[in-house]
Amino acid sequence: MKAYDIVIIGGGPAGLAAAISAKKAGIESILILERDQELGGILNQCIHNGFGLHIFQEELTGPEYADRYIRQVKALNIEYQLNTMVMEISRDKLVTVMNREEGLFQIQAKAVVLAMGCRERSRGALNIPGFRPAGIFSAGTAQRLVNREGYLPGREVVILGSGDIGLIMARRMTLEGAKVKVVAELMPYSGGLKRNIVQCLDDFGIPLKLSHTVVDIKGKKRLESVTLARVDEKGKPVLGTEEEYSCDTLLLSVGLIPENELSVSMGVEMDSVTSGPRVNESLETSIPGVFACGNVLHVHDLVDFVSEEAALAGKCAALHVLRKEDEGKLAEIFPEEKENIRLVAGEGIRYTVPAVINIGRMEEELKVRFRVGSVYKNAFITVYFDEEEVFRKKKLILAPGEMEEVELTKEKLEEFPRLSQIILRIEEK
Amino acid sequence: MREINLICINCPLGCPLVVEMEGKEVLKVTGNTCKRGEIYGRKEVTDPTRIVTSTVRVKGSKEKTVPVKTSKDIPKDKIFSCVTALKEVEVEAPIYMGDIILENVADTGINIIATKNVYSG
Ligand SMILES: Cc1cc2nc3c(=O)[nH]c(=O)nc-3n(C[C@H](O)[C@H](O)[C@H](O)COP(=O)(O)OP(=O)(O)OC[C@H]3O[C@@H](n4cnc5c(N)ncnc54)[C@H](O)[C@@H]3O)c2cc1C
Ligand code: SF4
Repeated sequence: MKAYDIVIIGGGPAGLAAAISAKKAGIESILILERDQELGGILNQCIHNGFGLHIFQEELTGPEYADRYIRQVKALNIEYQLNTMVMEISRDKLVTVMNREEGLFQIQAKAVVLAMGCRERSRGALNIPGFRPAGIFSAGTAQRLVNREGYLPGREVVILGSGDIGLIMARRMTLEGAKVKVVAELMPYSGGLKRNIVQCLDDFGIPLKLSHTVVDIKGKKRLESVTLARVDEKGKPVLGTEEEYSCDTLLLSVGLIPENELSVSMGVEMDSVTSGPRVNESLETSIPGVFACGNVLHVHDLVDFVSEEAALAGKCAALHVLRKEDEGKLAEIFPEEKENIRLVAGEGIRYTVPAVINIGRMEEELKVRFRVGSVYKNAFITVYFDEEEVFRKKKLILAPGEMEEVELTKEKLEEFPRLSQIILRIEEK
Repeated sequence: MREINLICINCPLGCPLVVEMEGKEVLKVTGNTCKRGEIYGRKEVTDPTRIVTSTVRVKGSKEKTVPVKTSKDIPKDKIFSCVTALKEVEVEAPIYMGDIILENVADTGINIIATKNVYSG
């Protein structure tokens, strides 16, 4: 049987960055497993620009961003296997995989990094009963068809959901010659970036209808029309506000969900808000030696943060392997195990990653990432160590679509030896 | 005097900008919270430009398309002529990132370059 120190599941930006940092932390034996025929993950179909502003201070397209990491993986001689699907991972890190050449086989790992990314939500998006004619796609599927297959899936388009992928596809299909009639968003605000609303909708005169949803679809074989209606505060359609749009295509862009079948079946403890694993300061799941990063952990809108997070996961996976090899050497790095401190998502906060911190293992600084539950203007992000406020920062705007972060330092935490929980809250004054 | 309404795209605040113009001259930008809003407002009404990304067809590869972009931003009103020009283009693999796919697209003086390696076979 093959054996590696670290096996990384998924060769998208998260898997690539994790592999690079594990290698730099001193691990030679690393394998990336990727089910697709190339590395790079979803970035390969994201041909628009706007990636990498944070890390590289320039605007790259998705494939260009991926290439920077693929080059490093190759330069560092990190092994990867393409067209190889991971089927199962056991609690003791026996990875069962399948590909055409070798059939079904197993790989033993000392540490595993979960980096499987996310998929698009689709079920439940169309809250109407009955038959589904052809012509209804998720925005990501349409993105793959247009950008990879060179195939335009329709000529007259309605888009439900104003997430970034939907907005990007509104522009893409318009440029390819389709007529995008309207984008409808259930919420009173868009989940997409302002920049995308301006450059993908306003530039082309595509209307965005907030607080609207699809109430009817017509068409036997192929979609013929979609009816939109305004919704009230409770999300119920308002009678008499219906408008019918003739179209042959409906794109759904209603959010992403981490791809965690593997994690769930191996018994990793999950977080019901993020739909990703619960992790500690080392991005380690409830199973020691199993780490998670990128969109499989929580959905990111900026790939830069995926790369940053994954680098930490890769480094911690490396430390896990080194610790197993030499308990003594690691005693220096992790002087003592301490009690876990819980991170609590207080008022206004939906979740935090990580969910627990062990000070003994944390680095000097730790970024805690989180999302807020609704739109706030002129509000404060606050952090409490038990009852005591230790951090307060005014934000002109906070929105559910934008991931936020606060930095905790080991030094500060050590001032509170009996600390049991850290609470994040949004306060309006 | 004319007033043009814009939304600043430089941060999630999305300030509603009002640009006051006299002919081709910007008199004043209001509604911005910071300097970046003013810079954006001035540029957007006098010389709006965009990077354009698209794909062109490929021969001689497993891949059907190669993604491309304008090497610099081009005037906003040239976007459609740019993508129309690209519809006519077909290239032969292999193609490497940064290769020039089309020169001086739509008379903008800007080249279209590949953004991905596409190997032959
Ligand atoms: C359709 C779509 C469009 C997006 N557009 C943008 C955008 O424009 N800008 C932006 O910043 N972000 C965008 N995102 C978010 C984007 O996914 C992240 O920025 C980033 O790509 C996440 O990296 P990742 O490595 O976590 O996931 P991914 O890029 O999804 O990579 C995960 C990889 O794991 C592989 N994998 C999964 N399961 C298995 C298995 N069982 N065995 C082997 N391999 C497996 C997949 O094939 C994939 O290559 C988009 C996401 C989607 C779904
Ligand atoms: S003007 Fe400044 S604060 Fe307002 S949206 Fe633009 S960058 Fe943000």
